[in-house]
Order: sequence, then C-alpha cells, then structure tokens
Amino acid sequence: MQLDHLDRQLLNLVQSDFPICPQPYQVLAEQLGITEQEVLQRLERLMQQDVLRRLGGIFDSRKLGYKGTLCAMKVPQDRIDEVAAVINSYVGITHNYLRDHEYNMWFTILAQSPAKVEQILNEIRERTGIEDIINLPSQRFFKVLVNFDLSGED
Amino acid sequence: MTLSELDKRIIMELQSGLPLVSRPFEALARRVGITEEEFLARVHAIQQAGIMRRIGAALRHHRVGFTANAMIVWQIPEERIVEVGEQMSRLPEVTHCYQRVSLPQWPYNFYTMVHGRSREECQRIAEKLAQIAGVNNYRLLYSVAELKKSSMKYFMD
Repeated sequence: MQLDHLDRQLLNLVQSDFPICPQPYQVLAEQLGITEQEVLQRLERLMQQDVLRRLGGIFDSRKLGYKGTLCAMKVPQDRIDEVAAVINSYVGITHNYLRDHEYNMWFTILAQSPAKVEQILNEIRERTGIEDIINLPSQRFFKVLVNFDLSGED
Repeated sequence: MTLSELDKRIIMELQSGLPLVSRPFEALARRVGITEEEFLARVHAIQQAGIMRRIGAALRHHRVGFTANAMIVWQIPEERIVEVGEQMSRLPEVTHCYQRVSLPQWPYNFYTMVHGRSREECQRIAEKLAQIAGVNNYRLLYSVAELKKSSMKYFMD
C-alpha cells in the first residue's frame, strides 16, 4: 500500500484539525489545493485500505461520566482465541492486546461506574473459568495523544 | 454542562462516524431530526464544554509504519509520581501516561505507552525515559498481537 504526499498531508489534517462547519471537506480541499471531490475520494480509499479506521468525534470519557481501567489476565496459549472472543464481546472493552508476559492478555474497560467494571470482570471470570484477573484503575492521568506526525515521511 | 437527551443522540451520531458526503453534519442532523445549523451549534457547545476533544481521524498505526508498541510499567515512589509524570509526558514518543493502582502481585504503579518503528526503538525510548526521570524499576511489555481496537460507543454499552 502506497501513501503519496497528498495522502499524508490529508491524514495529518484530519487527525488534528477537522473543521466543524457545513462543508468541512471543502475547507480541507482549499487547504490542500485540490477539489472537494478529490478529498472525498481519497478519504474513501484510505478507509477501504483500512489506513483510516474512523473519522468522528473524540470524546473525553471522564467528562461523559465513564471510568477507565486496565486489566490483565493469564490465558493459556491454546485458549487465546476462545478467551479473546469473550473479552471482545463487550462494547466497553475497546482495546485488547496480547503481550509477552505471564499476564498475557491486556484489555481496557470503560464503564459508567466501578460496580459496572466489577460486573463485567465477574462475568468474564464465569464465562472463561479464569479467576486471576488484575484490575488496575487509573488514579491520575498525565497524557493521552493518539496523533502521529506523518508529514516527514516521504 | 448537563447533557440533554438530544445531546446524547448527537454524541451517538458523532461517534458512529462522519459520512463522506459534501455536507456530513446535515446528514447527521437529519437522522436526529434537527437542522444542520442547530446540530453544528450543539457540536460547538459540546466541544467548548470539553466533552468532545475534537473531530478527528483514528488511524491504524501499524499501517503507517509505527509497528512496535510497548507498554512500559514503572515502580515510582508515590511522592515522585507528579514530577515524573510531568517529565515523561512531555516527550512526544510517549502517547499515554497514567498512574494506576498497584497490587501485591503487580507492584507497578505508573504506565507509559510508546510507539516506535521497532522494538529496539522502543527500548531506546525506555532508556531515555529512565534517565530523564532517574528511575530504574521498570519493564517493557511488547504487544504480540492486537486482538481488538475499537472506538468507544458511549451510551450504547
């Protein structure tokens, strides 16, 4: 998959500064010196290529009343797929990674209360038979940033 | 700011994604049953209240060359947490930085996520962080596989 210079400029713009106005793609087009139609076509292609996962609102979960936590469990190698299917079935579990440690399955939970988090964890224990899950709620938040600077890459 | 039922519906539309059409907000407004102008006014209000950080794109990192990601877990003395958190979060390589509860079987209380183009790059970043903060109790947990990565669907869980 090849991203050209214009793709990278466009991705940088839409990551950080998407205009909130009636014709946002037109505004981006003017910034890039191309037509609105071309902006839409490029974004559509980047979605199809799965470079662009989503274009939408990015919210502050705390201000929406949600609590976040990070959890980890020890899953036997031959049960990874089966246990991942259980974990991934929860809407509030947005990220799940396999990591190189005895605690090998690491996932995040967003829920409207600590009690709701506990309820999800108890369901997971029941559905998988795995009791050892560590729950590591955040106590202080310093930074979250998910933008990647692509401009210097060609 | 207290969210009205209308605001919640607007948030649900915004998180489901902007359509790739000339007037995307008009399309979303129609689904909610209000005008484009009313919709945009609420979006601005929701953003000004800090509830929405921005409208933006989420990328698949490994598709744009950032292939390695490491979670670095640290043991930092409680009294140094704020200072170390501020120092580490200043570095652009650090994308997430949190203090978390520690447990007897998991003594780490501080977390940084770093993305790099290789494991070696992640290792170098960790060494740099350790040096800056003057701490040595840490380990890197590399991701071996991404099993799920999605955006939260608020009010739909």
